[in-house]
Amino acid sequence: MRGNNIMGIIFANLHENLISELTEVRIMGAVPFGGKYRLIDFPLSNMVNSGINKVGVITKSNYQSIMDHVGNGKAWDLSRKQGGLFILPPFTDKSEYSNRMTTLNSILPFLQNSTQEYVVISDCDTVCNIDFQDVCRKHLENDADITLVYKRDQVPEKLHDPTVLSFDAKGRVIDVLINGDFSGSCSYYMNMLFIKRELLMELVKKCISRNTLNFKRDIIQGEYKELNIYGYEFKGFSPQITSVADYFNANMALMKPEVRADLFNANRPIYTKVRDDMPTKYGLGSKVTNSLIANGCTIEGEVENCVLFKGVHIGKGTKVSNCVIMQDTKIGADSSLNYVIVDKDVVIKNERTLMGFLSYPVCISKGSVV
Amino acid sequence: MYPKQEVVAMLLAGGQGSRLGVLTQKLAKPAVPYGGKYRIIDFPLSNCVNSGIDAVGVLTQYQPLVLNEYIGTGQPWDLDSNSSGVSVLSPYQQVKGADWYSGTANAIYQNINYIDRYNPDYVVILSGDHIYKMDYSKMIADHKKNNADCTIAVIDVPLAEASRFGIMNTNPDGSIYEFEEKPAHPKSTNASMGIYVFSYDKLRKYLIEDEETEGSSHDFGKDILPKMLEDGLRMFAYQFQGYWKDVGTIDSLWESNMDLLDPNVPLDLTDESWKIYSRNPVVPPQYISEEAQVQNSLIADGCSISGSVDFSVLFSNVVVKPGAVVQDSIIMPGAVIEEGAVVQYAIVSENTVIGKNAVIGARPETIVDKDQWGIAVIGDNLKIGQGAKIAPKAMVSKDVEGVEE
Repeated sequence: MRGNNIMGIIFANLHENLISELTEVRIMGAVPFGGKYRLIDFPLSNMVNSGINKVGVITKSNYQSIMDHVGNGKAWDLSRKQGGLFILPPFTDKSEYSNRMTTLNSILPFLQNSTQEYVVISDCDTVCNIDFQDVCRKHLENDADITLVYKRDQVPEKLHDPTVLSFDAKGRVIDVLINGDFSGSCSYYMNMLFIKRELLMELVKKCISRNTLNFKRDIIQGEYKELNIYGYEFKGFSPQITSVADYFNANMALMKPEVRADLFNANRPIYTKVRDDMPTKYGLGSKVTNSLIANGCTIEGEVENCVLFKGVHIGKGTKVSNCVIMQDTKIGADSSLNYVIVDKDVVIKNERTLMGFLSYPVCISKGSVV
Repeated sequence: MYPKQEVVAMLLAGGQGSRLGVLTQKLAKPAVPYGGKYRIIDFPLSNCVNSGIDAVGVLTQYQPLVLNEYIGTGQPWDLDSNSSGVSVLSPYQQVKGADWYSGTANAIYQNINYIDRYNPDYVVILSGDHIYKMDYSKMIADHKKNNADCTIAVIDVPLAEASRFGIMNTNPDGSIYEFEEKPAHPKSTNASMGIYVFSYDKLRKYLIEDEETEGSSHDFGKDILPKMLEDGLRMFAYQFQGYWKDVGTIDSLWESNMDLLDPNVPLDLTDESWKIYSRNPVVPPQYISEEAQVQNSLIADGCSISGSVDFSVLFSNVVVKPGAVVQDSIIMPGAVIEEGAVVQYAIVSENTVIGKNAVIGARPETIVDKDQWGIAVIGDNLKIGQGAKIAPKAMVSKDVEGVEE
């Protein structure tokens, strides 16, 4: 059901430095993923599918591609009179977006003017299909002040300020470790939380007045003794993108039917900006195996274990294996690519050979000509 | 008060399309799926918006639910402007009573109010059963240049086929001196495409007169155009060059889909300058599995292919399971082809499940008596049982029981 008492805040601008090859020309939320999506599509669709009507998207700079992508929010049903999509760039002379805390402080008026009782905050570094209604249910059951979404797994090596939680028998957070030496399976925070709007504003104001500006250290770690902070374990497919290799592996994981069934759950679809491409054309003599392919491609060569975005051309006699090839890239004839991530609008001419390796896929940046 | 529109388009979309059999049992012909993601009506609607026509009335009558829902606010075609855009016009009750649309001209007549409010200079009449890309603004420019009252788009057809069409016989300057409906001995090969541009003052007058004429069938081809010609109005033919296909029969619908697979057919849907817009389902990209074999086909997002697909058009969310074979066929959204099933020269409609090892249709070379051969058509939301055999040319509208193997 739509129109519940929850609003969403998405940080579209964090974690770029972890995959700098892909964020030269865009922010994290605008990073293409999975053949037709951008990373922001996942938190945005998850919020909408959880009945959230009002979403603020935080962007600090270089937000042209995200603005272009989300537009007025129509594709997510967020072009609305009540609520809808709000892009929240900084006011140049008044706002400070230097970290999560100062950013939240800068958008206090937006929070103040909202009427929803609860706020879901999410970053764009995790690809998953999560039902925030369920998070809300658990939050209410636990009578929690804050609910942190976490995952039990090996902590990704390059995760920024990994935050590992310990719980008592009831699931209440009793210890928070940040940046420790984490090995083995841990319960680590997925940069998604559920909180009362009033409480969020209060905590932010308090931290700002004390000049304690680290969200994880000063709110999560600093308050867990006073506040009822609970965890919500998310068990579905949820790779966190902390490196180019993570990005590559998360794309490749989409070849598994169980991953697609989970991520592309037909009852909670992932929405994205529409482009009117025709269906993909498989030419005479083409050979395609184990690949995820979006509309608008023309394939005349051989494709195996690849993710092809909209409008990709693969020429005759060309073989692409283990590649992620983004929107409108054209690959000529008789070329060969293996373990390559090719950004948008790249032209790879005839008879070129590009090779990377599983642990180190080569990246070709947007608009290059090879 | 509506701002004046120089041109209003009226799209006749009420036809039943009975020759499409089970495909139009629950929807009007213009809503029939085409080309892996479109519906036929996407072509005239996209042509309108690409030609700069902002006011489009769509006349519906037969099974309008799917069509109405599909058109919606017109947003996918940018036809949701503040004071124009697309309007669905169905028959309605009036003070003097209620009438179905009794003919193409009557349908427009009943909606004179809709046209009047835009105070247009020209009205374009379109139909919703052709696949083509056409710039109507060029035709309108021609109409103005000729100072015409009516301009009819024509296309050159092979002489042998000319007797299936309305033929326009013209003078060297392009003016029409004779109009022959399906002539046995055609004098020319200028076939009418069913696309007319009228100067609205003339059209309005003739529609009202025709309505009062007893015995009239209220049809453009049979009544309005012959009367205009008889009265000596300035009528011109506009020669269209390019791909144009009537998809009113099973064979022509199948052929027109297959034309998309032929690089030599001049119908390019990838052309950025003349996009064909449609409503896009929210589905993930298509997945082609390890064991799949896909050749020379058009496949839409949301499909999951593990079998063999050759020379076929697959709409969104089609599933082809391992060992299944799909050849020379059209598979509409959500259909499932189970393991080992063989589908050849067939059209499988939406959400139908073809059971394991079932055999649908056949290749023409396997049939001795060619009269027995044709495209097999399976209706929507049906179940064809395991091992069942559906003969070529069959038209299936009910579930078919499986066969013990």
